[in-house]
Amino acid sequence: MAGPDELGRPGVPFPLPMSCDNLVQIDNLQFDYGGKPVLQGINMRIPRGKVVAIMGGSGCGKTTLLRCIGGQLRPSAGQVRVDGAVVNEMSQAQIYALRRRMGMLFQFGALFTDLSVFDNVAFPLREHTDLPEDLVRDLVLMKLQAVGLRGARDLMPNSLSGGMARRVALARAVALDPALIMYDEPFTGLDPISLGVIGQLIRRLNDALGATSIMVTHDIQESLLIVDYIYFISGGRVVAEGTPEEIRHSTDPFVHQFVQAEADGPVPFHMPAPPFAQELMGGARG
Amino acid sequence: MADLLEPLCRLGSQVVERIWRLGYASRFFVAVLLNSGAALRRYPLTLREIWFSGVLSLIIILVSGLFVGLVLGMQGYEILQRYGSAEQLGTMVALSLLRELGPVVAALLFASRAGSAITAEIGLMKATEQLKAMDMMAVDPVARVVVPRFWGGVISMPLLAAMFSSMGIFGGWLIGVVVIGVDDGSFWSQMQSAVDFRYDVWNGILKSLVFGVAVSLIAVFEGYDSAPTAEGVSRAITRTVVTSALAILALDFVLTSFMFRGTS
Ligand SMILES: Nc1ncnc2c1ncn2[C@@H]1O[C@H](COP(=O)(O)OP(=O)(O)O)[C@@H](O)[C@H]1O
Ligand SMILES: [Mg+2]
Repeated sequence: MAGPDELGRPGVPFPLPMSCDNLVQIDNLQFDYGGKPVLQGINMRIPRGKVVAIMGGSGCGKTTLLRCIGGQLRPSAGQVRVDGAVVNEMSQAQIYALRRRMGMLFQFGALFTDLSVFDNVAFPLREHTDLPEDLVRDLVLMKLQAVGLRGARDLMPNSLSGGMARRVALARAVALDPALIMYDEPFTGLDPISLGVIGQLIRRLNDALGATSIMVTHDIQESLLIVDYIYFISGGRVVAEGTPEEIRHSTDPFVHQFVQAEADGPVPFHMPAPPFAQELMGGARG
Repeated sequence: MADLLEPLCRLGSQVVERIWRLGYASRFFVAVLLNSGAALRRYPLTLREIWFSGVLSLIIILVSGLFVGLVLGMQGYEILQRYGSAEQLGTMVALSLLRELGPVVAALLFASRAGSAITAEIGLMKATEQLKAMDMMAVDPVARVVVPRFWGGVISMPLLAAMFSSMGIFGGWLIGVVVIGVDDGSFWSQMQSAVDFRYDVWNGILKSLVFGVAVSLIAVFEGYDSAPTAEGVSRAITRTVVTSALAILALDFVLTSFMFRGTS
């Protein structure tokens, strides 16, 4: 965390976990979309076996960060290491090999609309393994059972509710028992019950699979309940971090604004603009 | 001066944009071909696309073929009987269909029925991040989504054109022989002696094969390249239909000028 906390400890009270027990290690990551800087020097450690949340306002580059970790976007500077290997220096074949050990839940599920729920979950298994069909069936049913949707296996994605679609996408993301699971805003557009269900599932699946999870979200309350560590991003940088306990008691103004959901603070309510009075007067004259 | 230059600049940037897109489309075509081997080994995927683009286009192809044949029969009879050669009706109907109308009209119909559907499907998959999700699952969307649809279209096209021509000939027969009363025997025998398999039939098949490649490529490319929004997809569909129509007619001119030079 940036400032000293209430016990008077200086900033960054929780030392960065530095050992090789980090599944993902991001150093000075920078990325821009055609000259528009989005990430401007991100440093992060994602320890093995943990669920880590990355928080920040909409459009601050959270999805971009996940896609850099997955190798879909190449950073303009800096490094992303997954399991010791530098992702942004890999060939396409190496990246594909790496992704087989990753699962990603997209913001809106991104289920294949032309395949049934069953076939969606079976997709990674059929593409990447030569398992006989009855084994695929057992595995798919196991995953669907884990998310509570074994009964929905024959439905098509367009007949699922938002929360159910998210759970199916979750089952698909973990179909190959990945070592790293990434969630892009798993809570958006869900009612409070589905939201809690997804949150618990994320935690349970991570622990049951012995995986590591990165969860991008702006739902602070749910995250505080289920994650081990939280990073806050703003303006393309990590502006605060800590365990849920530390975040709850943080006096950092940014964290405070985020936790209390205040409209104005370090993240301004107004987009930069000339003073309002001046503009009104200008409009009257013009 | 600036006023004068502006349209010029706009023209220039449009030309550059077109050429850039053409280059991009060519690279995409190469990627499709490079991925074809592995993807075609999983033939059920391609069979499925043949079903979607081929079999589901069958009704519109057959019905249109019949109507075109009926009209050809009427118009052909009207013209031929002026010169007292109505028994040549079969020849005229068959040659018109096999050489031109079959491949061209079937391709135009195919572009608006199946091509637009392919563009819409791929475009929507892109807009809803399905292609990105597939890529994150280490499955190449070009190999898994694009290649089967491309080959499905390429394989369907000549078959559909053949159906169109057969149906058209049946329509011409229906009008000429059954309704108007041209002699049945001379209708078929004149046709058989005038139509050359290599020169007429084979060239027609070749044409529809070329159209199949063009339409399928345009359809998958426009879908894959569409802007990932509802508006972007709808514009991509329009472009598929318009570009395909232009490509079919222009290619037809080029192919015809190479194939049929009036030497036989
Ligand atoms: N393909 C793109 N081209 C240009 N700009 C983009 C593109 N994708 C995202 N952006 C911009 O990059 C910024 C970060 O996007 P994103 O990572 O999706 O944010 P988040 O997921 O945090 O909401 C946004 O301001 C967005 O407008
Ligand atoms: Mg996002």
